[in-house]
Amino acid sequence: MSGVAVTGVGMHPFGRFDGVSTTDMGAYAVRAALREAGVGKGGFQAAFCGTAYGGVATGHKVLSRLGMTGMPIVDVEAGCASGGAALMLANAAIRAGQYDTVLVFGTEKMPKGIIRSSFFDPWQEEAGLAATPSFFAMRAQRLCLTSGVTKDHLARVVVKNRKHGATNADAMYQKETSVEEVLASRVVSEPLHLFMLCSPNEGAAALVLRRADLPAPSTPVTLAAAVLRSHIAGSVLSESTPLSGLADDTAPPPTTLAATAAYEEAGLGPSDLHVVECQDTDAARELQSCEELGLCEPGGSAALLDSGATKLGGRLPVNPSGGLLSKGEPLGASALGQVVELVRQLRGDCGVRQVDGARAALSHTVGRGANAGVVILTNERG
Amino acid sequence: MRVLVRDGLFTDADPPALLGSHCAHCGATNFPRTDTCAYCATDAPDPVELSRAGTLWAWTAITAPPPGYLGDIPYGVGVVELPEGVRVITRLTESDPSVLTVGQPMELCVVPLHRDDDGNDVVSYAFAAAASSS
Repeated sequence: MSGVAVTGVGMHPFGRFDGVSTTDMGAYAVRAALREAGVGKGGFQAAFCGTAYGGVATGHKVLSRLGMTGMPIVDVEAGCASGGAALMLANAAIRAGQYDTVLVFGTEKMPKGIIRSSFFDPWQEEAGLAATPSFFAMRAQRLCLTSGVTKDHLARVVVKNRKHGATNADAMYQKETSVEEVLASRVVSEPLHLFMLCSPNEGAAALVLRRADLPAPSTPVTLAAAVLRSHIAGSVLSESTPLSGLADDTAPPPTTLAATAAYEEAGLGPSDLHVVECQDTDAARELQSCEELGLCEPGGSAALLDSGATKLGGRLPVNPSGGLLSKGEPLGASALGQVVELVRQLRGDCGVRQVDGARAALSHTVGRGANAGVVILTNERG
Repeated sequence: MRVLVRDGLFTDADPPALLGSHCAHCGATNFPRTDTCAYCATDAPDPVELSRAGTLWAWTAITAPPPGYLGDIPYGVGVVELPEGVRVITRLTESDPSVLTVGQPMELCVVPLHRDDDGNDVVSYAFAAAASSS
């Protein structure tokens, strides 16, 4: 069984681009990734496209635009983890010997405002029980009750990520903020203020995966694991968004299920990582993600933030790209956008936001379904 | 005329009740009522009415109208834990998060949401702070 390498990455910036279509953005990112990988028409045997709002045959429209069709093209929807799901399928197909080279991309134009999800029944919207920020807010409140997280911590997550994002030309918000400014923004759903929530937006990202034993034009990065997991019923505030859960709240969250499997597949543990991109759809979600990924002890995320470990220059920078809080969240592209950042980090291409000596990296997305995707990338250059 | 936001979710009686199911195989209680246990996949769990009294486990308020919602804002949303060992997502009658506390006694009620195009008053289940609590 051959390993899998990432031999090319491309990205359309995340933001709002009136007049630019889902197809336009996808084609832009795919072109860039193929160029980097030195792959042209006929150079890949399958394509997987992550999208949630793109509609029928989004991937086909992108590759038709580029004149590169004929191979299987599969659109993959897995909520916030759509790109992670596409990557998992492509990785498995290469490892199984089905293909040598596979294109993976995600492209998305989200409606503005609170995400409207077809996941919910119409009566749930009518009853006011389908408002995404309310679920984020209650998760944040529980984290505050169980992990000693305060509103000040939540604001400082935003300040950290926006500082990182200020240097990322692909981010929607490239401007630093302050604790005071975050706490002065309006309350959307207590305890979450507007600046603590990421913006649903638009963008695209693409990767070329290739059997690791084949020659590649640039220094490849190894795809050590790409895992997707759904939820186990039990948690009332799970991303599965049930109407009820158990008071005996012992079921492991999907993020932990995916991370455990990914660590095992990669033969690495959390202490081996040098850089992480994780789901920060709201400020509390980043802290919860750190706990669920095992980057700290359960209940230890406030102390981890306080230690400075998760900022650039710290022991384990989290969201050096600026995270979704800076980039915004185009569902089908967000997971692959994280992977693009990490591939560039592992190549040493990130300029002022480079994590020095990064050799092992983890990306994480989780969302409605529930779906959790965890990807581990390594660079053996040592 | 009063219509339920969804039939089969709760009774609009005095007092009202949430309609759930209890699985004799694994002991889990689920809301809403299902024909297969969400926890152990056993078919045909027993239909039950859930306890009307519980305690507050999580809560917040929505301050801008979300898509598809036609009622008043702000409004409260929360999680109430019932003695059956089940936590339920619910509207709250209280829309000011600052006056609620974790573990506070809550009781079930039925509240109006909005008037539909046919002139019906659409109602939902909700929880209110129990009368005995301050």
